[in-house]
Amino acid sequence: MITSRQLSYRYVNGPALAFADLEVAQGGVLVLGGASGSGKSTWLALAAGLLQASSGDLTVAGQAVAQLDKVRSDAWRAKTIGFLPQKLHLSAALSVYGNLALSQWAVGQKTDHKSIHAALAALGVAELSERKPSQLSGGQAQRVALARAVLLQPKVVLADEPTASLDDDAASAALDLLLATAARLNATLVIATHDSRIKKHLEAVCRPFLGIKLASSPINTVASSS
Amino acid sequence: MNIIVLSWRYLWSRPLAASLNLLLLALGLASISFVLLVSQQINRAFERDLAGIDVVVGAKGSPMQLILSGVFHIDAPTGNVPLAAVKELEKNPQVAKVIPISLGDSFRGFRIVGTSLDYIKHYDAQLASGALWDKPMQAVIGSQVARQTGLKAGDAFAGSHGLGGGGESHGQTPYNVVGVLAASGSVLDRLILTSTESVWKVHETDAALDAEDQKILEEERELTLALIQYKTPLAAVTFPRFVNTTTEMQAAAPALEITRLLNMIGVGTDLLKALAGILLLTAGLSVFIALWSAVRERRADLALLRMLGAPPRKIAGLLLYEALWLALLACLLGVLAAQGVMAVAAWALQAEKSVVIGAFVWPIELIVVPIVALGVALAASALPAWEAYRVSVFELLQSR
Repeated sequence: MITSRQLSYRYVNGPALAFADLEVAQGGVLVLGGASGSGKSTWLALAAGLLQASSGDLTVAGQAVAQLDKVRSDAWRAKTIGFLPQKLHLSAALSVYGNLALSQWAVGQKTDHKSIHAALAALGVAELSERKPSQLSGGQAQRVALARAVLLQPKVVLADEPTASLDDDAASAALDLLLATAARLNATLVIATHDSRIKKHLEAVCRPFLGIKLASSPINTVASSS
Repeated sequence: MNIIVLSWRYLWSRPLAASLNLLLLALGLASISFVLLVSQQINRAFERDLAGIDVVVGAKGSPMQLILSGVFHIDAPTGNVPLAAVKELEKNPQVAKVIPISLGDSFRGFRIVGTSLDYIKHYDAQLASGALWDKPMQAVIGSQVARQTGLKAGDAFAGSHGLGGGGESHGQTPYNVVGVLAASGSVLDRLILTSTESVWKVHETDAALDAEDQKILEEERELTLALIQYKTPLAAVTFPRFVNTTTEMQAAAPALEITRLLNMIGVGTDLLKALAGILLLTAGLSVFIALWSAVRERRADLALLRMLGAPPRKIAGLLLYEALWLALLACLLGVLAAQGVMAVAAWALQAEKSVVIGAFVWPIELIVVPIVALGVALAASALPAWEAYRVSVFELLQSR
């Protein structure tokens, strides 16, 4: 569940961004559209508790993000947010298994072999666990990165441009995977993208997925230089 | 997964840079360890051989040479002094003990030292086999002499003239080995000891033309030098001056000469220390550059860790641990390398029949090495760790 009211963010000596009010049910899908520079990254950062909104309210998975201080926001983000970055950022120094163990280390958990294995198996990449990221294909790497994003069973999955530089078939496969993974965890899925294929695909595909409500509002940006 | 394993993996994810930094750091630390070990060994060797000898009296010349030849047996003596003059000193009320030393001959590079049994007693040396001498032409040999020449109690050998070996052989007057000393690590290990009478006998038999000539020679008997212990420390003030002004001999205080010698060697060790310092500085800079570029390279990785929920101190700790790994490995390598060089030096010095140094001692001063390593690691990683601490996750979202 994500709700925002009158949310805005003003950069120091930069543009002020105002975001459209929105409400996404737990397990729903939100597509943040718009051209680059329209504030998609800023919205993601606000939702992850990395930036503090200038005004307005943003509640993510029952937590008013503005009320988190710096230290608590790290812990909160660890257990609430799963993040799939555009460039994946799998650590080249570690194996696939190590990359997942790394995210457990990051939040101060002991390496849990069972859950790592389960997360990899759920995405069909369990047999790649000893490989280095450099030995993976693009699709495999994205599956591994997604396994890492959902390893700690987050309530919200943030995906940043998940289909950039993918051809049509690969893009729809990646999207289906995202949707299925989020649905399995009943996590709210937020996709920041300027890829017009995504919205089309979602509209075509989402109805058959039971329980997924598509709240694909383009973020209404009122960008102005201050 | 823990920070120790993780930092190890990150360190070796760039094997070339890691190896080079390790090498640089290890070289610097090895130099420091080496300087420490050498000065410690030299001090120890000197102290052990000095063993309470207050003053050395011998022919006029360089006092340092007198000490080196008479106490440590590594230089040629300054000359001889009349036996009668030394006997005169024995009567001096300030003198507790006089140990005569007569040099001049050698056997396969090992010095034959004419002395009294007091010399053996002075160093507390124990017999490994055989007995001490009770007649002239009987010899007791040090452990290293026994090992390298194969001589044992019951064997006979002829000394040759001169200390270097290869001189004219005294074949008419062979020595009988009656005892072998146990290894003590002192100068006695590489000496052949006999009574002073033996040394006179060898030369007189060789030189004397007849019985009358022999008598004349006996009256002119000489010693090379005498090791003297005082009755009271106060003697140090007056006794050397007394000898130097009223006799044809000179008195040299070993403590003074050794200090002078160590100061001279000190210039060398200072130079080595400076070199080690430069090496360490280079290593520190190189580690710094490596870590700094690692932070730059892995900025996104580090930001992702933040995104995954790692607090900033954890990210900075990762960098710190990487540097600590380097320090630990370099410490081990450096100290082992230094000990290895020391072992080779000990072996070489022993082969040259020079100062005996023991291999593989672990002086407490070596504690400096890990401390220095830690210091370099911390200094080199401080700025990169701070940079890692400040990594902003937001960059991750903007890196398009």
